[in-house]
Amino acid sequence: MMTRRDFLKGVFGSLVGVALPVAALEIANPNKLYAQKASTRWVFLVDTYKCVGCGLCVKSCKLENEIPYDANITRTWVERYVITKDGKMFADTPKGARDGFALSKIALGQNRYHDIRNEDIKKAFFVPKLCNQCENPPCVQVCPVGATYQTSDGIVLVDRKWCIGCGYCIMACPYGVRFFHPVHKVAEKCNFCYHRISNGMNPACVDACPFGARMIGNIRNPDDPIANIILTKRVGVLKEEYGTKPQVYYIGLDKEVR
Amino acid sequence: MRNHALRPFLVIIGMVVVIMAIRLIIVPADFGTGDRGYMYGWHRAGNEAEWKAFAVKYKFNDEYCRDCHFENYDAINQSPHVIVKCENCHGPAYDHPASPPKLEIDKSRQQCLRCHASLPYHSSDRANIKGIDPDDHHPDMECSMCHNPHNPVSGESK
Repeated sequence: MMTRRDFLKGVFGSLVGVALPVAALEIANPNKLYAQKASTRWVFLVDTYKCVGCGLCVKSCKLENEIPYDANITRTWVERYVITKDGKMFADTPKGARDGFALSKIALGQNRYHDIRNEDIKKAFFVPKLCNQCENPPCVQVCPVGATYQTSDGIVLVDRKWCIGCGYCIMACPYGVRFFHPVHKVAEKCNFCYHRISNGMNPACVDACPFGARMIGNIRNPDDPIANIILTKRVGVLKEEYGTKPQVYYIGLDKEVR
Repeated sequence: MRNHALRPFLVIIGMVVVIMAIRLIIVPADFGTGDRGYMYGWHRAGNEAEWKAFAVKYKFNDEYCRDCHFENYDAINQSPHVIVKCENCHGPAYDHPASPPKLEIDKSRQQCLRCHASLPYHSSDRANIKGIDPDDHHPDMECSMCHNPHNPVSGESK
């Protein structure tokens, strides 16, 4: 037989139990605290107004990162968007813009082209793409073997010795930045030239760009000029609605860009 | 526990021990959660150092080139092409001049057309660059036969 006193005690006890946040029960994790205090978090900034579609970034990236030059794969690429006066949108990236854009006609693939007269263009521009080094990288979550992971400074890397080449991560990336490396037989992706940024250099694409359209910064450094642009100016990111928290920011992003 | 369940139970225990032993051998000691926790940091820690040690090809350091090629360095510095890095046309330096002793220069039309194929895209800076129609402007000639890439405005061809 339950007394009223016992019943109220029980109700009160379970209410407190439910209201107590799970986090309060978590044992202090020094590793976690250390990660929050990491002094570096790499972020990228692209000024699409400055990009002229020369593709020197793509060329230097492929040579720097040993990506087979003539294979139609690349860690970074440049897209061209042409919007005509009748409201149609055309986009192309022949060979990832490795050789830039020398033709005014739009490549449709398989050697087919679409001609657009200059007077029909309403607006046209170039958008460089690369890995967004997401704060919530979906490609990392799906890896069944722990071959792809995020470092404390925010870069998503692929362990070439550990990758089994299943391709889940290639499917999971909403930005399509991952591909299969035909030589190493593993998943491959942009890592902001981790070997360069870790040794005090800029990524190859940043240095190769003659127009300063590509910039890299450390969002945790209050004196970083690039971080200050991202924090104080109008910038956008790609596919924000996916909740991946991408860390490549764009100046002059258009609604047509996907 | 002298009954029929004991023997299969021992077999299962044995299998678990064998699998754990194999795992101990093939999983490297530095495999574990990194700073990003189980969800994003589950990896072999040694791989970070492997990526940091990846070979650098592009120097992108104009001072490095100037030490020997000061004439070309000075010439391009007085031209609008100053924004184009040496290695954009001359290729990655690696350990030049030790290895390779000579860099291969990209003199292709394609290299120049990257910027100078006329595209009137006024919503990008491309429209502000002087451009040609590649099918119309001496299609069979290398650009450097008439234009000096180190001094495209006033320089003579080399």
